[in-house]
Amino acid sequence: MSYWTLRPTRVAEVQEAVKAHRTLLPRGGGSKPALSTPGEGQTLLDMTGLSGVLEYDPGEYVLVAQAGTRLLEIEALLAQHGQYLPFDPPFVEQGATLGGTVAAGLSGPMRQRYGGVRDFILGVQFVDGEGNLVRGGGKVVKNAAGFDLPKLMVGSLGRLGILTELAFKVFPAPKATATLQVAFPSLEGALETLYRLAGSPIELYALDLQPPTTLILRLGGLAEALPARLERLQAFLGRGGELLEGEAETTYWRSLNDLNLGEGALVKVALTPRRIPALEPALGRAPRRYLSAGHLLYLAWNDALDVLDRLLKAHGLSGLVLRGSTHRPRIGIDLEQAMGYKVTQALDPQGKFAR
Amino acid sequence: MSPALAELERLFPPGRLLHKPGELAPYESDALTAFRARPLAVVLPETHEEVVQAVRWCAHHQIPYVARGSGTSLSGGSLPIEGGLIIGLNRMNKLLRLEPQERIAVVQPGFINLQVSNAAATYGLYYAPDPSSQPVSTIGGNLAFNSGGAHCLKYGMTSNHVLAARVVLPDGETVELGSESLENTGPDWLGLFVGSEGLLGIATEVTLRLLPKPETYHTVLAAYDSLAKAGDAVAAVVASGLLPGAMEIMDSLAIEAAEAAVKAGYPQAARALLIVELEGETPQVEAEARYLDAVIRGSGAYEVRVAQSPEERLKIWKGRKAAFSAVGRLSPDYIVQDGVVPRSKLGQALAEIEQLSARYGLRVANVFHAGDGNLHPLILYNGRLEGELHRAEALAGEILKLCVALGGSITGEHGVGMEKKAYMPEMFAEADLEAMRRIRLALDPLELANRGKMFPGEAPALHFRGAHPLEKAGVISRE
Repeated sequence: MSYWTLRPTRVAEVQEAVKAHRTLLPRGGGSKPALSTPGEGQTLLDMTGLSGVLEYDPGEYVLVAQAGTRLLEIEALLAQHGQYLPFDPPFVEQGATLGGTVAAGLSGPMRQRYGGVRDFILGVQFVDGEGNLVRGGGKVVKNAAGFDLPKLMVGSLGRLGILTELAFKVFPAPKATATLQVAFPSLEGALETLYRLAGSPIELYALDLQPPTTLILRLGGLAEALPARLERLQAFLGRGGELLEGEAETTYWRSLNDLNLGEGALVKVALTPRRIPALEPALGRAPRRYLSAGHLLYLAWNDALDVLDRLLKAHGLSGLVLRGSTHRPRIGIDLEQAMGYKVTQALDPQGKFAR
Repeated sequence: MSPALAELERLFPPGRLLHKPGELAPYESDALTAFRARPLAVVLPETHEEVVQAVRWCAHHQIPYVARGSGTSLSGGSLPIEGGLIIGLNRMNKLLRLEPQERIAVVQPGFINLQVSNAAATYGLYYAPDPSSQPVSTIGGNLAFNSGGAHCLKYGMTSNHVLAARVVLPDGETVELGSESLENTGPDWLGLFVGSEGLLGIATEVTLRLLPKPETYHTVLAAYDSLAKAGDAVAAVVASGLLPGAMEIMDSLAIEAAEAAVKAGYPQAARALLIVELEGETPQVEAEARYLDAVIRGSGAYEVRVAQSPEERLKIWKGRKAAFSAVGRLSPDYIVQDGVVPRSKLGQALAEIEQLSARYGLRVANVFHAGDGNLHPLILYNGRLEGELHRAEALAGEILKLCVALGGSITGEHGVGMEKKAYMPEMFAEADLEAMRRIRLALDPLELANRGKMFPGEAPALHFRGAHPLEKAGVISRE
């Protein structure tokens, strides 16, 4: 496969590249190769040269950074001030960038508490298919001016524009956390509890289902309130479960962040918990984990992706291949519609970002 | 009757097609009464198909249209287009589905915001976005303007609570955006649609996310002898690492008004009041409350009250929520402005607003969502005095420019609509506006959907009209 690689270090160079080349694919840290491997004749834009936090005032809960900034750098900076990215992006150690995370639309287990990447993006700057530099949104936590271009860019997979700068709302990190792993005799029992928890006032930073029947619950907040809350949670569950605390707990979640679930292609599936009972037997032995009370599935698929594509279609679900070899990372049901087609045409009339 | 109108008459039965002058009068403006326009006709669809037919009729005859609900827009977002069609969605007001286990509600666009939470209450759930007009504003309108409220810092705006929508595009085609899942696997088309102010289509069915009601609230009312101290207290709360559900500030003029209206029992000598509310799990809130109380004690408040019962809490909020309409008691007329500044610039913004107020010779009351930096200066004027409305509008404009200059936004929750379109270039460069316009034209080449709104361009002349009939009746309020 032959392709050009460019590594812009200024926004103007991204604009020039878009004007000069026929088709382009941006890549950040390359932690999601299925989305960032260029096709024949495509120009690869290595975005890691556009890196660095531009604005961060902890008192504002706002952080602005260039798209190629690594999450590792952002998280370290936020941690110095006791803050974090509440949507809990994956692949931090693998070099994921802020831009790649937005373009792929990825969130992690702690999205359960306050929401996903779309709920925290405030502003965006991108280069459209004609080389124009476009800004949308702003740098304040509340803003209703103009079309919500920042949200539009979440999950856009580089098809609508090349992200160059992003503004995010950040939050104070929980001062203390603890994790409870609770096994249930059956999937039905685990799901019933998952529903009860999700509809209860108990506030969980993570509410994951580890098939076949284990719920993994993460509590966070003030250290002095944690023991009482754990007790209440255990009473609510009617069982004790296995408690993870301290360094072991931190390590557990950090190691989960790379989503190294097993061999094969790594696939994200958007769903709701009611799909799980029918989906579970169909997925067989594929290693997987359901996040955010059954709204997000990450799956390692060792068979042909066509097989998974058909399977997801049969269940009315859509998926996104993050790692693995494919020319078509979007699998499952077709979500294309007239609005999407027209908006894509408006931002990229020459099809420079098409795949 | 024109052939086009006759055609419309075949689509909508009598009573659901209004075109006589007397029938049209209530539709000539929304809550921003300074603008008024006479529509050609109003249709009141009851089904998705009827909305499609109305939109197709507009497309066929190239007649611009505005979809509207209760008409509480404060930015003139639901102002009719002269000679255009109004698609009134108030009859599409059904709760189609409520699934407590899945924590979703599916509603028609004319369903009232507060009714969502009322319907969900039996299951311990609620709908988080709570604009002050929530007893009367519709979900369709909230969606179009990405409405806010007092809880946006922690919970986000309307956009963060809409999961899916069935949308009629300006050419009459129907698309389904989003799904019941909180996650997506492609571009967030729904994210673009929400807040597009009716320019990209009409939602006929909306899936909303419901949240479990917080277990406990801890509501603190603190009185200060200066606005600056109240502002510093907000910064101190943030610095302490707490994340309150709401932080609101009222200045002395607003306190005076609220007190006169609802007798909330506020300390009347206060130059500024701060309301901070923690919410969540009881043990957590109890622990946070100790930190909060220490922060407030250290902030120079001369009086601090903590709500001891749900009734006391509601009373505190009642005064806050009534502040806007109550200002009407201090002045014949007022404009509510809606700008945003970075939280650290609140003090500077308020000081500059005070100077502007003096320069224009118009009183300005301040009530604001301090946690979000969302200012709501209330500019008091007398519309019967020659030129005072225009002076008030000019002052309002200066405040918006100030917000942008401080790194903020021209609107936190009301939208751009008719009122603020002239200020869009303050906030966005030509290329930004051009990109938005290209998206609009791709979906609506003739610019039929809510023509004349959001993008800079000529606006109709301002006229003094007084308060909206619904506001005079106490049904709606401005925020």
